[in-house]
Order: sequence, then structure tokens, then C-alpha cells
Amino acid sequence: MKLEKIIKILDAEVCCGTVRNDWDIAMVGASDLMSDVLTFIQPDALLLTGLTNPQVVRTADVAEVKVICFIRGKKPTEETIKLAYDKEIVLFKTQFSMFKACGLLYRAGLADCLQK
Amino acid sequence: MNNAGIGKIQELIYDLSVGDVMKKDVISISPDISMYKLKEVLRKNRISGVPVVKNGCSVGIISIEDLINWLTKKSAGSSVKDWMTKNVVTVYEDEKLIQAISLFDQKGYGRLPVVERKEKKVVGIVTKGVIIESLLREIEIDYHEEEIRRYRMSHFFEDVTADSVTIGLIYQVKGGDVMNGGTVAGNIKKTLKRLDIKPDIYRRVAIAIYEAEMNLIFYTDGGEVSVYIKPESICVNVRDHGPGIPDVKDALRLGFSTAPNWVRELGFGAGIGLNNIQRCSDKMIINSTVGRGTILDITVNMDTL
Ligand SMILES: Nc1ncnc2c1ncn2[C@@H]1O[C@H](COP(=O)(O)OP(=O)(O)O)[C@@H](O)[C@H]1O
Ligand SMILES: [Mg+2]
Repeated sequence: MKLEKIIKILDAEVCCGTVRNDWDIAMVGASDLMSDVLTFIQPDALLLTGLTNPQVVRTADVAEVKVICFIRGKKPTEETIKLAYDKEIVLFKTQFSMFKACGLLYRAGLADCLQK
Repeated sequence: MNNAGIGKIQELIYDLSVGDVMKKDVISISPDISMYKLKEVLRKNRISGVPVVKNGCSVGIISIEDLINWLTKKSAGSSVKDWMTKNVVTVYEDEKLIQAISLFDQKGYGRLPVVERKEKKVVGIVTKGVIIESLLREIEIDYHEEEIRRYRMSHFFEDVTADSVTIGLIYQVKGGDVMNGGTVAGNIKKTLKRLDIKPDIYRRVAIAIYEAEMNLIFYTDGGEVSVYIKPESICVNVRDHGPGIPDVKDALRLGFSTAPNWVRELGFGAGIGLNNIQRCSDKMIINSTVGRGTILDITVNMDTL
């Protein structure tokens, strides 16, 4: 699914980075636990999280995740944005809860990282 | 264009100054010359407008549009000063490119004379075309540099003559340095990528090192991460000088964690880290002595084919 469509579904706001329309996202991972993210996230998946510290970006970077969405309108910190910019990771935020965001994306046909 | 290219453009427009990209051999005219002469200047140089300059200073700007107005109305005088736009917006040569771009964007100007700060003399001109040209040039240079770097490094193993080649990388990690947590893993990933190591391999190495690096930051006074890259495998050694793990078997249990609250607030301390390291590596050995420290050895084989 195009990132643009995901942003529309989540009624999200881009915090940093360029939304490219040649990017296709097939899978989503959602967690607030970084080690948890590292166990199941797939490269190029979308990461949904409630954490906004720079560690989220570092975690995404080592796991080759290029897009992060913060839930419940949480704003990333300055350092987080700076780091994401450096690592060329796109950040955006949605007002929806984790549950609703996951539900909407699942209904729209996106796959879970664990379902192969 | 890829994401790296777009990110690079954003960086460049905040980094480069107007003076870096402006056209220096600027064609300008005096306010006293006739509109006939202006027509010739525009035609000969194939340009659509010129700054009007007196004693080196910007006094106006005149474009094809003004020329057309003059041709159709023929009223008033017939010298440039009667038809030019007088309140010209200029940019200083030391201003960032973003400043010029937003002026083009918001005011719809086609060209901006560039002046130096001291005497306000016109030293160049920028147009959208000039900016785009310079950005493309910069990006191409950058792209080639990374390409050359990758090419050079990916042939490292072939180019070195020896019975066996090992590249060793050593990094220090400071205890408690949360702000930089993951820098080492990120740098190693970048290096492995340049060495043309397969994505699946460098990703596993990076995840394993990231977890080990975070453990050094959370639980120790710091330590050292050494990475040995060979054609057939990548070996990682992570060592610290305490406090040591009382029972390694316990620590390896999924969910076991002694992480304090501040660690949990960062999204760590789920007791999965060591398991992640194990899962990502082909071999993992932990040696730990309470009071002495912990040594973690990981091997990831290059090719499973
Ligand atoms: N280098 C180390 N020095 C001392 N204790 C460590 C070290 N690495 C791990 N530990 C201990 O092992 C436990 C499990 O580590 P890990 O699996 O990474 O999970 P977590 O970091 O989430 O607790 C930690 O909570 C800590 O008590
Ligand atoms: Mg850990």
C-alpha cells in the first residue's frame, strides 16, 4: 500500500521526511517495547508505537524500518526528528489509539509482520 | 529519485549559501540606457530580465514583461529607469539558499540580484534555473562519492593480497550514555553495507550489536565492541568490566530482566535482548563473572548457501 494512502487512513500528519509515492508498505508492526520490535519487525515494514524518544529511530534503523507512526497524537522530540532526518526515516503521527490505528490498517489489507 | 536524494536536497538548501550557487558574471544594465538597447541586451543574451545597476548598486530590475508594456503603451519616457521595477528585493550572498527559494515561492519573483553586505554592490544573480542546476550538480557529486566508496570497499577482500583477510573495527561504549545508545550498531551497519555484505547478514549483526550495546549502557560502566569481518563470517566481541551476570542461564530466560524503571520507560527491559542476540547469531557464547565483567561472543556466518 502506498504510504500516502496509509497517511490518509490514519488521518496522520507528517512530522519529518519526504513521503515518496514509489514506496509500497506491505506489513505493519506495533509495539512500545524496542526489543519486542526487533524480534518481529520485517525490513521496510511500518512501525506503530507510542514511544517518541530517539531510541525508537535507532531501533528502526538497525531493523531497516523506514517509516514510523506515533499514536495518540504523540509528538516526537527534537532529537528524535533530527536523528530520523539523519537516518532518512519518515515520521508521522496519528490522533488514533494503537487499537484503532491497527484495526484500520488491518481492515485496509495490510499484513502483520508475523504472518508470512 | 531516491529518498537519500531528496533528503540531500533538503540538507543542501539549508547548507548552501546564495553565493555558492549564484551566477557571477551577471549581465546588468544602467538605468539611463534606452528601452531599444534593453531589447538588444535581452535578445543577444537570451535572457528574460536583468538587474539595473548604478555605481555597482542595485537600483531596479527590468524584464521582458516591462519591455512589452513599453512596446504596447509607448507612453512616458523611453529609458530603462522609467519602466523598471524600483523596489527590488535582493538577497545577500551569505544568506542560505532556503531564503531565496522562499522568496521565489511566496512572491513569485523570477530572479533575485545578489548583493554583498558591506557596500550592497551587486555580485551575482540567482534564478530558479540557476538553483536547480547547482543542486543537481551537488547531488551528482555526492552520489558518485558514495558509489565510489562502496565500490572501493566492496572489493576490499579481493584487492588485498594475503592468505586470509580480517577487517577489525573497535568501538567504545560509555555506561549510561542513553543519548548515544545505538550509535555503534548504526555505524557498524553502515560499514557492513558499504562492504557489500548481504542485507540479511548485516541486519542480524546490527540487531545483535544493538541489544549488546544497550546492555552495556544500561547495566555496566561501559565497554568495548569489536567486530571482525572475514570473507566467511562476522565475529563480534562485546566486553565490559562489571558488574557481571550472577546466573547467565537465568538472564537468558525469555522475560528475565533486572532493568530499572528508567530503562523500561525507554522501551527496554522486556528481558528479550539476549534472546534476540541468540536468534540473530549462528553462535553465541556468554562468559560472565560477578565483579569482573561479561564477555559476549557472537558469530554470524556470511553465507548459508
Ligand atoms: N553486560 C551485562 N552486564 C550485566 N548484566 C547484564 C548484562 N547484559 C545483560 N545483563 C542482565 O541480563 C538481563 C537480561 O538482559 P536482556 O536479555 O538484554 O534483557 P533486558 O535488557 O531487557 O533486561 C538484564 O536485565 C541484566 O540483568
Ligand atoms: Mg537488554
